[in-house]
Amino acid sequence: MTLEKTDVERIAWLARLKLSDNDIPEVARQLSSILALVEQMNTVDTVSVAPLAHPLELSLKLRDDVVTEGNQRETFQALASHVEAGLYCVPKVIDT
Amino acid sequence: MDWEPVIGLEIHAQLATRSKIFSGAATAYGALPNTQACGVDLGLPGVLPVLNKEAVRMAVKFGLAIHADISRRSVFARKNYFYPDLPKGYQISQYEIPIVGRGSIEIEGENGAVMRIGITRAHLEEDAGKSLHEAVHGMSGIDLNRAGTPLLEIVSEPELRSAKQAVAYMKKIHSLVRYLEICDGNMQEGSFRCDANVSVRPRGQTKFGTRAEIKNLNSFRFVERAINYEIQRQIDLLGSGGRVVQETRLYDAERGETRSMRLKEEANDYRYFPDPDLLPLELSEEFIAGVEATLPELPDAKKHRFMAEFGLSAYDAALLTANRETADYFEATVTASGGQAKLSANWVMGEVMAALNRESKDITQSPISPTLLGGLVRRIADNTIVRSNVERRRRCRHYHRYERP
Repeated sequence: MTLEKTDVERIAWLARLKLSDNDIPEVARQLSSILALVEQMNTVDTVSVAPLAHPLELSLKLRDDVVTEGNQRETFQALASHVEAGLYCVPKVIDT
Repeated sequence: MDWEPVIGLEIHAQLATRSKIFSGAATAYGALPNTQACGVDLGLPGVLPVLNKEAVRMAVKFGLAIHADISRRSVFARKNYFYPDLPKGYQISQYEIPIVGRGSIEIEGENGAVMRIGITRAHLEEDAGKSLHEAVHGMSGIDLNRAGTPLLEIVSEPELRSAKQAVAYMKKIHSLVRYLEICDGNMQEGSFRCDANVSVRPRGQTKFGTRAEIKNLNSFRFVERAINYEIQRQIDLLGSGGRVVQETRLYDAERGETRSMRLKEEANDYRYFPDPDLLPLELSEEFIAGVEATLPELPDAKKHRFMAEFGLSAYDAALLTANRETADYFEATVTASGGQAKLSANWVMGEVMAALNRESKDITQSPISPTLLGGLVRRIADNTIVRSNVERRRRCRHYHRYERP
């Protein structure tokens, strides 16, 4: 499967990546070769093989429902570019 | 033409854990902005999510209560999208293999007949933060206290056929999660909210029409109004030769209408994939049995017991078991009255409810304890007190005289 320019633009937009027009042919070639690898893997019959989540046979560890993190707002907000009234401030988003 | 509405609900119930689903930050409502948002909730580099066992227990408890298939192995997935109140750029949710599979509940339809409504699935996910558009001048303010709060998303089959049925279904789930003590059900605080998928089709047609999704309905009244508005809008549109567009709509409670959210240039493409930070969740038979042992008597079972044990009508039994607190109050009253079930039921549903409604209180705030009420019922039953006198005296002083401190 070969990706078209529009496919690459769409994927870049979904990931919020800015690509210059000059870069697109090379990115399209690289992504297409990844898909070619996937296609090659698809030819293997895996119907009877369960998906592998982890090479070691581990299962998910759970934690007890205990509050262990206190208020660290000052520390975290020292990293933010703009805070006001305890809020992280971002360019206005209107979603309606 | 005769149109048939087809409705499915996606209910989000906030699970009543103390800490978040993947971090040790607190979930208490109403804290100062960002004081309950830790490095995991903020999506800082280098942090890893660790799943809260209690959230898992609660999801399983719900699954058992709706007689659903509990997945012995379920998988967390990333739902990718960009929004400022989702700092990681993805929400951890479940996609292909949710923790709770197919189940069902019973509701009462308009004609009083019992309807079984299928529940497609229920899955665990994290809530996003809150965006405040008015708090800071010219900018949006982000509060991430809610980010990472555990949610159980409960998805119904498209088997509801009217706004009334949708409300009955939502009330039933609301009652159930409160009985199970897995969600406080507080709709003002957003602990229990729903999205409604609505479409219409000519009656008799089996194929579904194009649906619209109405987002974030946080009261039973809004659910009913929004769905009715949307049904009529679609019927009018189709009747005049138009077509329904598949889209997300918002309900404007002030105007009582739904309206389209800005059509995104691109359809949502969340590119779900299994979260590499989290291994599959595996549940042992032991764990599930342990949760099963904690199941309380459920609303339907309680209702049937009230009918059999106390000789109540289906209507009265349903009213008294609508929430656990009322049912407990009633049972305690019956005990205190020496077994006067019907008289107790009449008093609880009549005088007590009416007085509480007048004072905008719920049953847990009743100044008259079940012991007092039971004692009164006992005296009425043995004719020591005549009911009409009680009512007159109650209006003058009884109610206030026994106020608890």
